[in-house]
Amino acid sequence: MKPVIFEQRKDQIKRKREGDEFTIACNRDSLAGAVSQRACVFCGSRVVLYPIADAVHLVHGPIGCAAYTWDIRGALSSGPELHRLSFSTDLREKDVIFGGEKKLEAALNELIDRHRPNAAFVYSTCIVGIIGDDVQAVCKRVAAAKGIPVIPVQSEGFKGNKRAGYEAACKAMMQLVGSGDTSGIPPLSINILGDFNLAGEIWIIKEYYERMGVNVVATITGDGRVADLARCHGAALNVVQCSGATMDLAKMMKDKYGIPFIRASYFGIEDMSKALYDVARFFKDKDPVAPGVPGIMERTGALVREELAELLPKLAAMKKDLAGKKAAVYVGGAFKAFSLVKCFRHLGMSVAVVGSQTGTEEDYKELAAITDEGTIIVDDANPLELSQFIKEMDVDIFVGGVKERPIAYKLGVGFCDHNHERKEALEGFKGMYNFALEVHRTVMSPVWRFTPRRRGSIAAGSGATANAAEEAAS
Amino acid sequence: MPPVKGAANTPGEAVKPDPFVSTTNACKMCKPLGAALAFMGIEGCVPFLHGSQGCATYMRRYVISHFREPVDIASSALGEKQAIHGGGPNLKLGLLNVMKKYGATAIGVATTCLTETIGDDVSMLVKEFKKEFGDLPLPEIVHVSTPSYGGTQAEGFQAALRAVVDQLATDEAKSTQVNVLSNFVSCEDIRHLKDLFEDFGLNAAILPDYSERLDGPALEDYVKIAPGGTPVARIRAMGGARATIEFGRVLDPEKSAGGLLAERFSVPLHSLGLPVGLRECDAFFGVLEEISGRPLPRRHELARGRLVDAYVDGHKYLSGKTAVVYGEEDLVVAMCAFLSEIGVKPVLAASGGQSGRLAGAVSAVTADILREPPEVREGVDFYEIAARARELSPDLVIGNSKGYRVLGRELDIPLIRVGFPIHDRFGAQRVLHLGYAGTQRLFDQIVNAVIEKKQADSDVGYGYI
Repeated sequence: MKPVIFEQRKDQIKRKREGDEFTIACNRDSLAGAVSQRACVFCGSRVVLYPIADAVHLVHGPIGCAAYTWDIRGALSSGPELHRLSFSTDLREKDVIFGGEKKLEAALNELIDRHRPNAAFVYSTCIVGIIGDDVQAVCKRVAAAKGIPVIPVQSEGFKGNKRAGYEAACKAMMQLVGSGDTSGIPPLSINILGDFNLAGEIWIIKEYYERMGVNVVATITGDGRVADLARCHGAALNVVQCSGATMDLAKMMKDKYGIPFIRASYFGIEDMSKALYDVARFFKDKDPVAPGVPGIMERTGALVREELAELLPKLAAMKKDLAGKKAAVYVGGAFKAFSLVKCFRHLGMSVAVVGSQTGTEEDYKELAAITDEGTIIVDDANPLELSQFIKEMDVDIFVGGVKERPIAYKLGVGFCDHNHERKEALEGFKGMYNFALEVHRTVMSPVWRFTPRRRGSIAAGSGATANAAEEAAS
Repeated sequence: MPPVKGAANTPGEAVKPDPFVSTTNACKMCKPLGAALAFMGIEGCVPFLHGSQGCATYMRRYVISHFREPVDIASSALGEKQAIHGGGPNLKLGLLNVMKKYGATAIGVATTCLTETIGDDVSMLVKEFKKEFGDLPLPEIVHVSTPSYGGTQAEGFQAALRAVVDQLATDEAKSTQVNVLSNFVSCEDIRHLKDLFEDFGLNAAILPDYSERLDGPALEDYVKIAPGGTPVARIRAMGGARATIEFGRVLDPEKSAGGLLAERFSVPLHSLGLPVGLRECDAFFGVLEEISGRPLPRRHELARGRLVDAYVDGHKYLSGKTAVVYGEEDLVVAMCAFLSEIGVKPVLAASGGQSGRLAGAVSAVTADILREPPEVREGVDFYEIAARARELSPDLVIGNSKGYRVLGRELDIPLIRVGFPIHDRFGAQRVLHLGYAGTQRLFDQIVNAVIEKKQADSDVGYGYI
């Protein structure tokens, strides 16, 4: 059999060896012909800005880019739902020849009149970069005429990878930040960055912060609103989740408004608790002390204890079945992978393969630090490599997105969706339970007894079924 | 006069330009997606999109959601430098990588809006590639121009088939082969067609045939290129075939693969509608009888008879009902032909496609039954379809799953899922649309949807209806 690793990609795949200094190549353009799991600059921008629910998101280009991103994600809104509509200038041949500016302007006017949004984002696609439409000028004109911010997002697909799209989105959002009134924002206040409110996750997190006495000014971008973005510079702290999606915005806000930021992850027990404690610690000295009233550190401690008292016994029952099983993780951002490694440990499982589409060298070093000896760490993988690693490490579950799912299933391996499209909340303590449940259901399913590759090894298994342990857990 | 966006042929109403500039919730996808799917139907073939990485990845995820199978589409992954200086080197490197790692015996290259606009000459690049790497065992490389601003996935699909036939077919050897250009149908449809031709003793070359590649069995390993697909040798033989059957009433033979075979190699072309509904099926089976010289085999005669019987049994549930139909133009035409037979009046036939031939085709297939043709709208999106559907308040909606939210859910009427994409139900690849058997399944589904709705809306809760 031919080796599946491309010569040009060898230094993007590493094995963790104790004592070795870990290095890996990353943040490169995808290799032509390698069937990368990555998308493009446009995708990065669309991912970040998508959940802002009271803005029109107009994709300026031929129909494909808009069609393939139409309402595929689980980002929920508590009010308007403009983000679930797919707007496009639907450029045709004659627009490409004569330029698309007129059409763009007319489309913006039409959509703003129709939907009365609080802002409009205009995404440039590949073709716009080539034909050279002056999107900025059009946006400026329409903004002046309509009296709302109309913001160009420079997301031409070929101008880098997904990370460049994140940056373009952050630049676009930064045009809103600072334009609103900050009066009435209490001193214990944060912005939640980098969470997209998939399956209502941000509502879980927001509730924790509120129980701690911390006010959330803006959620960026899950359940996002234009007015919140405009006044979010009044918050005392930015709490940033996700590897890179909104980090640029946090940095820009620090430079311009002096707002400090901390990184957080809401997946799993340690990272969720750490996120809350980090915020509590930040506000410890600002928290007004009253006799007999517990301070923010105590309030946070009580919250975590309360949640864990409920969660841990439920996990213990599932852990009995899952102990010793192995996982492979391939996700968009590496930060999520850190949390997943820890989540699996809580279930008695190990992570044998871990990778991401857009990790930085720093991210991968961190991954190497927290994973077990022998773990395969990979940047910008493809189906051939992923299927090879799954087989080689003989994993029981693969965590990824839609494109990774058939790879796992074809190899007779369980799967957990952990991407923007999921409709299950996996964040917070509640989310950890959902995650464990999903892992248990897929790993313990009897179907693997019938798949050609694994029928031998599974048939000899423990005989526990998904239902039995769930009953014990509930 | 060129077709106008949203052109309507409401009886008594002149063609009018659409008032909308922007598109909201498109009732179409883009051209390269259709080409990639057509290439998936060739044996040993890896589809290759010449453009930036995003196109291939987005289309993969979109197609995977429908078929629930691995869909590996390669990309030349162009960056800024290549966009300025040309994508040639990346295209060649990409071809080489796909060749080496996938062991592809064929590669189907489709362009995107980016590479069309920067002006990459793919034909020349492929020639250069073949010369440069002539010492290696080269795969067949076919290429097609599919700028996404140039049409829908249906047009990309057909363009790819024509390109494949154009670049591969010869008439060097005469054969008994019957070419079947089956249009963008489901895997189950393709399997059914294979059986049908076999029943008539005909040697059919179905193009494309992704029935196994996009609906494969659980296997021992992750196969790089799933088995199945039309063998290249059979595509080559298409020029010497005894006949071509091509489905699609909006297809223009001047631009279709079947048309090319007729023109270049004088292969007799039977241009038919998709065989859905009695009359379209009868026409198709008639052609099979004619080509094979055999009468309709008894099992199909029985299937036809059962279908007529079912039409009768179900007619009172359906008579007078109305439906909105949308999706790819050829499928819309087929559904209109079928619905009109069973007493369901299609009140709106809509598509994001804009061939300029939809209204004529819908009129043609409904003319002898309906007093007036349904309203036909070309080049529309779901915003416009929904607006019109609210006014028409139909009893049923028939189309892909993209219409669920605004048509099925909002209007609270059953959505019968047909075509592509179906992202919210299982078994999309196993939906049978074609033949008496396919029509039978659709009929049962429609009549049951009507009964279920009646049951659900009833205060009494009859268990016998």
